[in-house]
Amino acid sequence: MNLKSIYQEVILDHNRKPRNYGTLDNANHHAVGHNPLCGDRIDLALHVEGEHINRIAFQGESCAICKASASMMTATVKGKSRSEAETLITEFREMVVGDLDLAGPHHLGRLAVFAGVRDLPTRVKCAILPWHTLQAALNSDAIVSTETAEDSIHTANSKA
Amino acid sequence: MKIVDALLDMNTSPTSELAARYRADFPILNLKVNDKPLVYLDNAASSQMPQSVIDRLIRYQTTQHANIHRAVHYLSEIATREYETARRTLQHFINAREDREIIFTSGTTDAINLVMHGYGRKFIQSGDEIILTNLEHHSNIVPWQMLAEEKGATIRVVPINDAGELLIDEYEKLFNPRTRFVALTHVSNALGTINPIKNMIAFAHRQGVPVLIDGAQAAPHIKVDVQDLDCDFYAFSAHKLCGPTGIGVLYGKAKLLESMQPFKGGGDMIASVTFEKTTYNTIPYKFEAGTPPIAAAIGFGAAIEYLSKIGLDAIAAYEHELINYATEQIITIPGVHIIGNTRTKVAVLSFIIDGVHPHDVGTLLNQEGIAVRTGHHCAQPIMQRFKIPATSRASFAFYNTKAEVDTLVEGIHSIQKVFS
Ligand SMILES: Cc1ncc(COP(=O)(O)O)c(C=O)c1O
Repeated sequence: MNLKSIYQEVILDHNRKPRNYGTLDNANHHAVGHNPLCGDRIDLALHVEGEHINRIAFQGESCAICKASASMMTATVKGKSRSEAETLITEFREMVVGDLDLAGPHHLGRLAVFAGVRDLPTRVKCAILPWHTLQAALNSDAIVSTETAEDSIHTANSKA
Repeated sequence: MKIVDALLDMNTSPTSELAARYRADFPILNLKVNDKPLVYLDNAASSQMPQSVIDRLIRYQTTQHANIHRAVHYLSEIATREYETARRTLQHFINAREDREIIFTSGTTDAINLVMHGYGRKFIQSGDEIILTNLEHHSNIVPWQMLAEEKGATIRVVPINDAGELLIDEYEKLFNPRTRFVALTHVSNALGTINPIKNMIAFAHRQGVPVLIDGAQAAPHIKVDVQDLDCDFYAFSAHKLCGPTGIGVLYGKAKLLESMQPFKGGGDMIASVTFEKTTYNTIPYKFEAGTPPIAAAIGFGAAIEYLSKIGLDAIAAYEHELINYATEQIITIPGVHIIGNTRTKVAVLSFIIDGVHPHDVGTLLNQEGIAVRTGHHCAQPIMQRFKIPATSRASFAFYNTKAEVDTLVEGIHSIQKVFS
């Protein structure tokens, strides 16, 4: 495999053995993320107390990039405050669309392995879906989609 | 039958030489992608253009371009003549009885929408039924759903078996006195299945029901004879036939086309206009409102000439050899499953790899320079039928080689290693 490949060992490992995979008893924030184009689906549950994300879990069917992104995201935001999570959401989004200078200051740490998706425009959505879903869960929107919600076909799909 | 006949004919010149002979005509096939030679296996989405068609477009644009059917000057006459010559090339390609039965559209989708608006909105009423199949591309589903919703008509769907073949008994059982229309694909874009459309058309006609055939995936691979098939409408796109994008054909029986209402209103589709009344032009012009993509139509004609020189039967025979070779290789890889195992198929190979999402397959093959399509292939009902979100699809053209199949097989092996 070439080194530029997004499929680095960390990502493959999180795909094989996703962290925080499963359901959460007494979750108080919840969201489902869906990418109708490739069928990726992430079901995210959080237990937030005051400002703190105490516990977090996800489930779903998805490609390796999406699953590893969800796994590493949950491992990173667990125990963090809402505002720290919001910062990470913003930085992650900027990174995968190529708007973040990784040499400058940021808080992404190991999440920087996803920087390579900026060269794979069709896969940006896969990496970003868990983060959109986290944002929605924090706002407690029920369903997010990588496609516009107004489109009735996609909305129908997200419910399917 | 045709494939077998062609195979026998080819005894003098082995079919496997076909790709070697014609590959050099396609400049794009010399590209490198990610430092690897491009292995282009996404021909069902769009096939590539040979130099002769590229040259034809340049010649039109540099020496023949003007608007058509509108002026008496030199260039307009030449452009009109070349455009109408392309129409006749298309007529002969599918053996239509008359050239006015060939309507230039922007593609298959546009052609199907034309029939939905021109025929469907006029003749289909509340309570009527339209038969589709489980194998349809979204472009042969959505227009009919829109019509059904507008009119209060009902869609009935022919189911498929596990091999991806239509259940013909079930098809015949769907007919009743309210059945008004059948819209059916000749070849499935997601699985490659060739449907027994000639018998299906004959059955529908015995019930007095007209049939539209979506030929987008068939025209590039099978010799089509619309008179022999006796279909009422046949739709296909140039860009899957080594031609330009933005152009396609709707074939329709003249009588039916004449009975239909126009789809789009505007210039060229009229005989006379006053503010009191407009008289429509005769077919095919009634359905060609506005300035058409003239260059694309002429390029389409050049692509058909190119393919006809090779011969559709020779193409079918070679592609048959190629798909058999690819199937034999891929079916033996543990953990890889081919979706759509019918024996009557074109050179399309849809597959899934255990434990690897098709999008990861697509990205990893791309790193090896291999272009496949991954996803639902605009045929979500097929994915739902097989209970999978997506597949990876390798679709071959006559310029693909067995060595490229080998590269694909190596690519699959290396993906399995990465994910093991
Ligand atoms: C079976 C089938 N029908 C219709 C279409 C739509 O063709 P176009 O996009 O050229 O209108 C396609 C192309 O993908 C197809 O494969």
